[in-house]
Amino acid sequence: MIQSVLFAGVGHLAQSGSGCLGPNGTSITGLCTSDNSLHMPVAYRSILPMLVLFIGALVLLLVSALLSKRSRPGLYPVLSTAVGLAALVASVWEWYDVGNRGVSTIGGQIFYDRFSVFFGVVVSVTVVLASLVSDSYLRREGLDGVEAYALILLAGTGAVLMAEAAGLIMLFLGLEIMSIALYVMAAYHRRRTESGEAGFKYFILGSFSSAIFLYGVALTYGATGSTRFQDIAGYLARNTLVHDGVLLAGMALLIVGLGFKVAAVPFHFWTPDVYQGSPTPFTGYMAALAKAAGFAGLLRTLTGALSSQQANWRPVIWLIAVLTLLIGSVMAIAQRDLKRMMAYSSISQAGYVLVGLQAGSAAGTAGSLFYLFTYAFVIVGTFAVLGLIQGPGEARNDLGAIRGLARRRPGLAMAMLVFLLAQAGVPLTSGFLAKFYVIEASVQRGQYPLAIIAMLAAAIAAFFYLRIALLMYAGEGEAAGPAPALEPAGGGAEAAGEAAGEAFVADGALTAGLQPVPSLDGATATLTWEPPPEERIAIPPAVAATLAICVVFTIAAGVSSPIIDFARHATAMI
Amino acid sequence: MDAAYAILALPLLGTAILLFGGRRTGDPASGWIATAMAVGSFVATVVVWASLLGHSAASRTVHKGLFTWIPVGSLHVSFGLQLDPLSLTWALFSSGVGSLITLYSIGYMKGDSSYGRFFFYMNLFLFSMLVLVLADSYLFSFVGWEGVGYCSYGLIGFWFERNSAAVAAKKAFVTNRIGDFGFMIALFMMFGHFHSFNYSTVLAPLASGRLTLAGATATGLALMLFLGAVGKSAQIPLYMWLPDAMEGPTPVSALIHAATMVTAGVYLVARSAPILHFSPSAQWVVASIGAATALLAATIACGQDDIKRVLAYSTISQLGYMFLGEGSGDYGAGIFHTVMHAFFKALLFLGAGAVIHALHDEQDMKKMGGLWKYLPVSSWTFLAGFLALSAIPPFDGFWSKDAILAAAWHKSPALWAVGVVTAALTAYYMSRQFVLVFGGKARWVDRAAEHGAAGHEAGGHAGGRPHEAPPVMTVPLVILAVGSTVGWLMNAPFAGLNFLERWLAPVFPARIAPSFAVATGTKWAIGTVATAFAILGLVAGLSAWRRTAERPALEPAVLAHAWYIDETVSAAASGPLARLASGVSFGVDAGLVDGLVNGVGRLAAQSGRQLRRFQTGYVRNYALGIGIGAAAILAYLATRMGG
Repeated sequence: MIQSVLFAGVGHLAQSGSGCLGPNGTSITGLCTSDNSLHMPVAYRSILPMLVLFIGALVLLLVSALLSKRSRPGLYPVLSTAVGLAALVASVWEWYDVGNRGVSTIGGQIFYDRFSVFFGVVVSVTVVLASLVSDSYLRREGLDGVEAYALILLAGTGAVLMAEAAGLIMLFLGLEIMSIALYVMAAYHRRRTESGEAGFKYFILGSFSSAIFLYGVALTYGATGSTRFQDIAGYLARNTLVHDGVLLAGMALLIVGLGFKVAAVPFHFWTPDVYQGSPTPFTGYMAALAKAAGFAGLLRTLTGALSSQQANWRPVIWLIAVLTLLIGSVMAIAQRDLKRMMAYSSISQAGYVLVGLQAGSAAGTAGSLFYLFTYAFVIVGTFAVLGLIQGPGEARNDLGAIRGLARRRPGLAMAMLVFLLAQAGVPLTSGFLAKFYVIEASVQRGQYPLAIIAMLAAAIAAFFYLRIALLMYAGEGEAAGPAPALEPAGGGAEAAGEAAGEAFVADGALTAGLQPVPSLDGATATLTWEPPPEERIAIPPAVAATLAICVVFTIAAGVSSPIIDFARHATAMI
Repeated sequence: MDAAYAILALPLLGTAILLFGGRRTGDPASGWIATAMAVGSFVATVVVWASLLGHSAASRTVHKGLFTWIPVGSLHVSFGLQLDPLSLTWALFSSGVGSLITLYSIGYMKGDSSYGRFFFYMNLFLFSMLVLVLADSYLFSFVGWEGVGYCSYGLIGFWFERNSAAVAAKKAFVTNRIGDFGFMIALFMMFGHFHSFNYSTVLAPLASGRLTLAGATATGLALMLFLGAVGKSAQIPLYMWLPDAMEGPTPVSALIHAATMVTAGVYLVARSAPILHFSPSAQWVVASIGAATALLAATIACGQDDIKRVLAYSTISQLGYMFLGEGSGDYGAGIFHTVMHAFFKALLFLGAGAVIHALHDEQDMKKMGGLWKYLPVSSWTFLAGFLALSAIPPFDGFWSKDAILAAAWHKSPALWAVGVVTAALTAYYMSRQFVLVFGGKARWVDRAAEHGAAGHEAGGHAGGRPHEAPPVMTVPLVILAVGSTVGWLMNAPFAGLNFLERWLAPVFPARIAPSFAVATGTKWAIGTVATAFAILGLVAGLSAWRRTAERPALEPAVLAHAWYIDETVSAAASGPLARLASGVSFGVDAGLVDGLVNGVGRLAAQSGRQLRRFQTGYVRNYALGIGIGAAAILAYLATRMGG
């Protein structure tokens, strides 16, 4: 189904986009060479990772149809991982290929440049990691089957298409391919009402934001006469709009639509509910993938097509970045549900990428790309750990569940510690360099207030990251004891944080279904941690391997710099 | 030359193995792993050294890149190794003596419940020290510097169940932090002035004369670096942590005092010689602080009863000598003494460890005595170390101390006089220690019996007569004793045997360390006087303490209490300072800072409470939020229309 949409879309656009000539009389390669205007030479090598992911999804479905039901439970994750690896190989090959042959486009609708290929790498890596960690979770929850992996691959396909998009229509197609898969993934846990609710909420709000995005596409088209980034940029470079209201309105709506995907404030409301409700490994995948793809779209649109409008969009992004940074960090402090806390944390992390975007410079884009790449490892790893400690049926997502983890599973606690430190931005982890690069880019553009706010937000956020770390290393003996708020060492801030946390136990009211929580007062009762679960946490080998990869990468990328060079080269958009 | 990577990689590998597998490898495999890594590191150092010898003297500085950490615009931070005579000297004795100490620890720590953790720290300590000396920039050195600080904290507080150990570890750490701040300020100043931390960018132009440094900048930079050195190398006023550091296991003391840690300050000052060159006043400060510390610590050592405390104060005193040499402009002499000191101080500590081991954790010298016939190897080797430290010819200490005293004489006869008096005191307290421990009557018999089965610090031994340590402990003693006896031949001031001086010459060109000639007659006179003073002290110590262990007149309380300096500091800290601190704590901190922090917390809570209203769970409200956000952006952009 999606295939037909995809290719029909390409064909249709190629056909009707602007006939044989661009808006300014430029001929479009391939379109006029044949009488049949549907004939368009497609250099398949330039969309290889996407093809691999997409065909991989089809193969998976085909294999499952041929095999008897549940005959090979372990086959699909292996296949999915293999497809992800193949896409990764394809992306790496493309990286050199695009260097040798130079950039190109397919009918002005698909870009083949290092920016695309960079995201091909990011998405392939994310697919591999997600496939590896999902298997044990899905088996534990009795959900295993081919569908999950097909969805992972399809979401990846959409994400790659978003990064490759050379026009708003392709961007929208990618967005929908990715989003629809993610909606289903959010609702994948059939027996958990939270999961269904998450999928439902995500779907409704996602459709809403897609509609806004489409409206933005229409307005932009109306103002510039094209949906292709090159044409938009060219048109704006040649003409000074006397009445730019339509363009600005279109730009605003595009920002809203993509801002929703990356969970920027104030379009973030869905995030905590969806992250909390979705199956845990999928949450990590979603966080890594949707952010990467959404920011790819934002970067293409704002720094690519609308770079002439910098003076207009930079203040908007500035405000969104500030709100995202602060609200993400502040709200995270207040959470007592680990997944919800990490949801707010991911909102706050998106703020840093916005800081890089806001710089509107090559350095800022490089910082953002570095951020997205390294964050994928961190967040997939974080949710993989949460998926292990929560126990069957996602029984325990509260902070108490992670208490004393260091004694029960020191290796797991160590991995989690690395991820937390990376998110807090501690030196010698990738998180430090990621924050450093975006803030440095911001400072280069003279954005001192934004840089200071970003650092401030990091300080606020460090509080809850370190609180989780502290809980992991707290003694088992205190496990059933009173909360840290009652311990003298806790200090004032701790108490304040606790009080705040207490106040928001039921924030978002996921547990109340679609009903809002009637009152907060009931939640301010005693502060006791539930003791952590007794049973030993089993760490499946695939998850252990994934965590090891994520930890090693997080540290290696924080120690040395080749990744930033990679990101720097990838800023070269057409 | 690629062996340079192995110098660092092996201890790091050992650290990783012991961190993750220390529990499984256990006793004694952990110790052997750590020793193998340390020895491997030493061998690699020797290989690098040998290949450097193949270069011509002028080109004995080799850079080895490791990795680039931050490559952004003007800030380009990369970490690498600088292999030159200075760093190799330190690496050689750190890894060499460190290997012997690690080997010795296999026996000493036998039976300890945290055997793996101990050797993990030992390897990490060695690794940090090697990073410190081999780094090619001040910033990377600082990484090792902090690593050394951390490991000393972990090792001094190794038996953290004991309150005193935990307190001592904290004291060491906090005192070191003060010095670290000096180092950090120096780093900031350096970056402000040179826009780099690299030795090749900062120091090389100064050394070759391509760049000069204004006096004020040089003084500020040099003094801040020296403040770092003062903290790490336990000089006035930051020396108090070192005697307390005795709370760690004895091999740790040996490691801290001889091979690593405290010599880091000496290294830093030697490395920064090109900066010091532009600030005569800073040189005076270094020399004066060194001399003053040497004298002060030596007087205190005369009144101590704890076998390890005497040695600890003697370390402080000897470090003072090293700074005296460096401040006087003879870096070679300071380094020579550092190397010699590494031999004999490691020997003395390990010997003291053997004694403590034999007497079941007895550290009070008044309760020792007569051990000569029970501990033959320990006694003979300790004797060598004692004579070397007392600067009796022809042992190590004589030659290196002589070189320092000659330099001090050149700088100022006053400094020289302090050095000579200190030499006499050194010989005195060391002979006192020697006869109290090994000579005279045995004062330990009943005590050993009653303490026989009680917890030995390294596991329970049966009671009874003191007995010699196992070979794994005595072999390092013998090696170090040989080093303490003939080690000086590496830099003998005659017959062209001054290998060390010639080896170091490229690092200290005449431009930054002007050579000075002390007339041969004067040299002889200086050597003779110093030796006379040393023998005087030796004889005084022997005659005073040979027959009796109680001579209150010679041990005034003021010395036993280290001039009450610690007490004064404590009183000041617990009196007015504590009042100030509690004032700050309750007034400023609780009121203002906590108020602010709580305010921020409350603000977070409050704003969260307000924000929470938007997080209703209703999809329609979420959609409204998105709509309002879109409207706000549209409204803002509407104001920019037509712009």
